[in-house]
Amino acid sequence: MVAKGRIVWVSGPAVKADGMSSVKMYETVEVGDSKLIGEVIRLTGDVAFIQVYESTSGLKPGEDVSGTGQPLSVLLGPGIIGRIYDGIQRPLDDIAEKSGAFIGRGITTTPVDMKKKYTFTPSVKKGDTILGGSILGAVEETPLLTHKILVPPNYPEATITEIVKEGEYDLEHIIGQASSKNGDKIELKMYHKWPVRKPRPYLERFDPTVPLVTGQRIIDTYFPIAKGGTGAIPGGFGTGKTVTLHQIAKWADSKVVVYIGCGERGNEMTEVLVEFPHLIDPRSQRPLMERTVLVANTSNMPVAAREASIYTGVTMAEYYRDMGYDVVLVADSTSRWAEALREMSGRLEEMPAEEGYPSYLASRLAEFYERAGRIRALGSPDRSGSVTLVGAVSPSGADFTEPVTTHTIRFIKTFWALDTRLAYSRHYPSINWMQSYSGYLEDISKWWKENVSPDWYDLRAESYHILQREDTLKEIVRLLGPEALPDEEKLVLEVARMLKIGILQQNSFDKVDTYCGPAKQLKLVRLMVMFYKEAQKALKEGKSLADIRALPIITTLLKAKFEVTDEEISKLEEIEKQLSDSFKGNIEEVKVSV
Amino acid sequence: MIVDGVTKASFDELVEIETNDGERRLGKVLEVGSGKAVVQVFEGTTGLAITGTRVKFLGKTMVMPVSQELLGRVFDGLGRPNDGLPDPVADKFLDVNGEPMNPQSREYPTSFIQTGVSVIDGMLTLVRGQKLPIFSGSGMSHNILAAQIARQATVVGTNEDFAVVFAAIGVQYSEAQYFKRSLEESGALKRSVLFVNLADDPAIERIITPRVALTVAEYLAFDLGMHVLAILTDMTNYAEALREISAAREEVPGRKGYPGYLYTDLANNYERAGRIKGKNGSVTQMPILSMPADDITHPIPDLTGYITEGQVVLGRDLFRKGIYPPVNVMMSLSRLMKDGVGEGKTRSDHMEVGNQLYDAYSRAQEVRALAEIVGKAGLTGVDLKYLDAGDSFETHFLKQSPDENRNLDETLSRAWDILATLPEGELTKIKDKHIQQYYKGNK
Ligand SMILES: Nc1ncnc2c1ncn2[C@@H]1O[C@H](COP(=O)(O)OP(=O)(O)OP(=O)(O)O)[C@@H](O)[C@H]1O
Ligand SMILES: [Mg+2]
Repeated sequence: MVAKGRIVWVSGPAVKADGMSSVKMYETVEVGDSKLIGEVIRLTGDVAFIQVYESTSGLKPGEDVSGTGQPLSVLLGPGIIGRIYDGIQRPLDDIAEKSGAFIGRGITTTPVDMKKKYTFTPSVKKGDTILGGSILGAVEETPLLTHKILVPPNYPEATITEIVKEGEYDLEHIIGQASSKNGDKIELKMYHKWPVRKPRPYLERFDPTVPLVTGQRIIDTYFPIAKGGTGAIPGGFGTGKTVTLHQIAKWADSKVVVYIGCGERGNEMTEVLVEFPHLIDPRSQRPLMERTVLVANTSNMPVAAREASIYTGVTMAEYYRDMGYDVVLVADSTSRWAEALREMSGRLEEMPAEEGYPSYLASRLAEFYERAGRIRALGSPDRSGSVTLVGAVSPSGADFTEPVTTHTIRFIKTFWALDTRLAYSRHYPSINWMQSYSGYLEDISKWWKENVSPDWYDLRAESYHILQREDTLKEIVRLLGPEALPDEEKLVLEVARMLKIGILQQNSFDKVDTYCGPAKQLKLVRLMVMFYKEAQKALKEGKSLADIRALPIITTLLKAKFEVTDEEISKLEEIEKQLSDSFKGNIEEVKVSV
Repeated sequence: MIVDGVTKASFDELVEIETNDGERRLGKVLEVGSGKAVVQVFEGTTGLAITGTRVKFLGKTMVMPVSQELLGRVFDGLGRPNDGLPDPVADKFLDVNGEPMNPQSREYPTSFIQTGVSVIDGMLTLVRGQKLPIFSGSGMSHNILAAQIARQATVVGTNEDFAVVFAAIGVQYSEAQYFKRSLEESGALKRSVLFVNLADDPAIERIITPRVALTVAEYLAFDLGMHVLAILTDMTNYAEALREISAAREEVPGRKGYPGYLYTDLANNYERAGRIKGKNGSVTQMPILSMPADDITHPIPDLTGYITEGQVVLGRDLFRKGIYPPVNVMMSLSRLMKDGVGEGKTRSDHMEVGNQLYDAYSRAQEVRALAEIVGKAGLTGVDLKYLDAGDSFETHFLKQSPDENRNLDETLSRAWDILATLPEGELTKIKDKHIQQYYKGNK
């Protein structure tokens, strides 16, 4: 029985309705005469507390509320990729068509085009046994993505009694039928629905061992994240969270990207929409939009839908994972999501914990990050996929001791700490190399050794050691000036400067520098370490530090990151030769050019 | 104010209040249920009696009458004429809260606005449809800078002038007057609309002032196709009014007593900037706020910075040194600069030169700090050069007069003058081809 009640109280996105005794927790409801979409978030007797996903301006006590019998769900099927959705999976282009450039209310849409026909190729036949999660066949969703049609994960074991031939079908077409062990008839379509707050099930979880290659040097080389891993990027405003997430969304070597703009700027979403169709995936030579789905609930859109957007996004990510793909989800910013929780909690007059956040903030964060992982999917054939979760955190006053940051740190393994001072001095990405860490370093070093170079781990360690030494020496310099140091230590400062400019800094807006493949990363680091060793030797042999500092090869090394492209990586061998020549004989006489 | 015996009120609805002595005030419904409505009275609740005050629910949300006739007019903080002229004839009535712009319908901002101020054009480029605030402190020259930008702003290669929507939010009479005069003298007043809520006007009214102003800005931009520059000063007063209401309602506070929804509330104002696909106009926003105790981590500048597309920060040190505009470039940022400059838009070396200047000035600051300890004598060759580059950056590039309008070529040429004082090898942010073309120093 569907619940029918009446509004008794309205305050912003929070609504109370009575007569709701037959409604369930987290059930989707229609609120008021204009049938705004809401969700039940608390039940006390027959009074339901509802968070409404649209503006409640003009809503009155006395208006009707009716249940739908369904929890908040997303529709999963072909047609999702390339779209931009609001927090509850309504396509923004459909909304624009109905209400113009500004978002209206009470608009109903379908998440994907139900009438569009796809060429379905079955991979099961009559008599085959299927399980929840099994693959029935595939359609080409975009040239970059073969969409596997899945049996809903909660379906019982059954035997196929009928399956269509290869051909064009729309989403409502019954492509197959099966009968379960106890004789129930099951109809199969190319889509199903799944409640967003319920993680999709899988068979087992694996340890992440393969890095997510992002093409960002400080990430891949120094603080890597694994496929199926979790990471957070906290930082004050303007330190580079969004740019870094955009970079990951653009260049990460995953099959599908889910980008959630959660309580952030409208123009940032527009930027992705404008840019991605023109950006070419370096691996497949296809536009990046063909593997991307966007969820946009900007800061000025209804705050309750902001809360839901995270779940909408991660459920879609899990769906593509279940097809056997690597999916990366970036969420900008989880702090705005936490604030949405805080606002709803405040309206419900719950007892606040720190800074007004509800006491369940930590458990909600934990639940979210737990949905990451590399897994073996349900059903047949056997396959594995992953969801990598990366969340931006926007601490108030750039203070990392505030609740959202401190709780997030407990649930993630890669931590990229953005540093306001680095951003002020235009050191981008302003990821602080002393504060950041990666819990995947050991797990993924095997991949680097096998796929890029056996000395990866050592080069990384050697170069990082130089940065660590500089960090200690800096204190002395601050108090006494650099002249207080012996030449050997001054050289450490010089090489650290080179590492900062030539490796750690990476300009996202430079055509070449925006992406740096693993091989080039490694070569650049090797060149820097080589320079350090040669210079150390030269110092011991009595060369002056001033002469070393004046070597033209230094500028060449610093500019190699954007003067040498990934394709012409052999040029780095030439630079390597120039480097060793620079230290031969009389150093001043060698001329260098690329 | 809480109203009893309510049967038909709706959330957010406009309310008319009549006091015992016949005075009318406006308010809106903040919360409604169980026969009660919580009403926020814009003009304040002073003088309202428990008995005898009558309340009428108007069945609509607050609207602003708009038309072309608004240009050249002055209104109060609630959008009522206060220049002694009659009510303008309305073309339509618009809800002052606006609606969120659909990201799908936005046109990404890319047109460079030349402000004639070197530090902004060269390093903190403003583009049409951007929201770029000025973070200032008490007594600093933010008004002079905003007025200079309002007078000089042009999009190179077009003859379209900016219409100016100016909202004074709890500022002193003299500040509002300064703007008005500046617009008058440059002949811009006839394409301006002013909203004035002064320091001694009711604080609650300030909640509405930016909203009516932005409603008019959106109308001018998207209905009439004009390019609008909206200046909102001072958003700190706005946020304080919000805190006052929140405290009165005994809400759970976030940081420093400001309500937990301050971010969302500010965003609802600041996000009302941009361009729309298929429409000609644009709203460029320049909110001004004073940082309490010059503290950029205070919730108001902090949350503002999290919403706007960069910030222009004024520095007390430079201000004391007598440098105008006293822009602290290290703390300042224009996020849309990358999209508004470069080949085909301004000049292909623009971005790199900007980046290199940041780098050079940042090094100069480090060297200055070092010189404090070891003395100038303790500095080595290249450090000394940075020290000089830092000084000439401040005097030759940053500093200019409030009526000096520099075009972009002059700005960039001044930038290269400064870079010329550094050895070529230091210019690590600039591509070799641009060095060959523009670098004037010693190789
Ligand atoms: N890797 C990078 N290369 C070049 N510029 C960068 C890079 N990272 C950040 N920036 C610069 O810093 C600016 C701010 O970055 P971004 O918008 O990502 O900050 P944010 O941390 O997301 O801030 P907010 O919290 O306010 O959203 C960018 O507009 C750009 O100018
Ligand atoms: Mg951001």
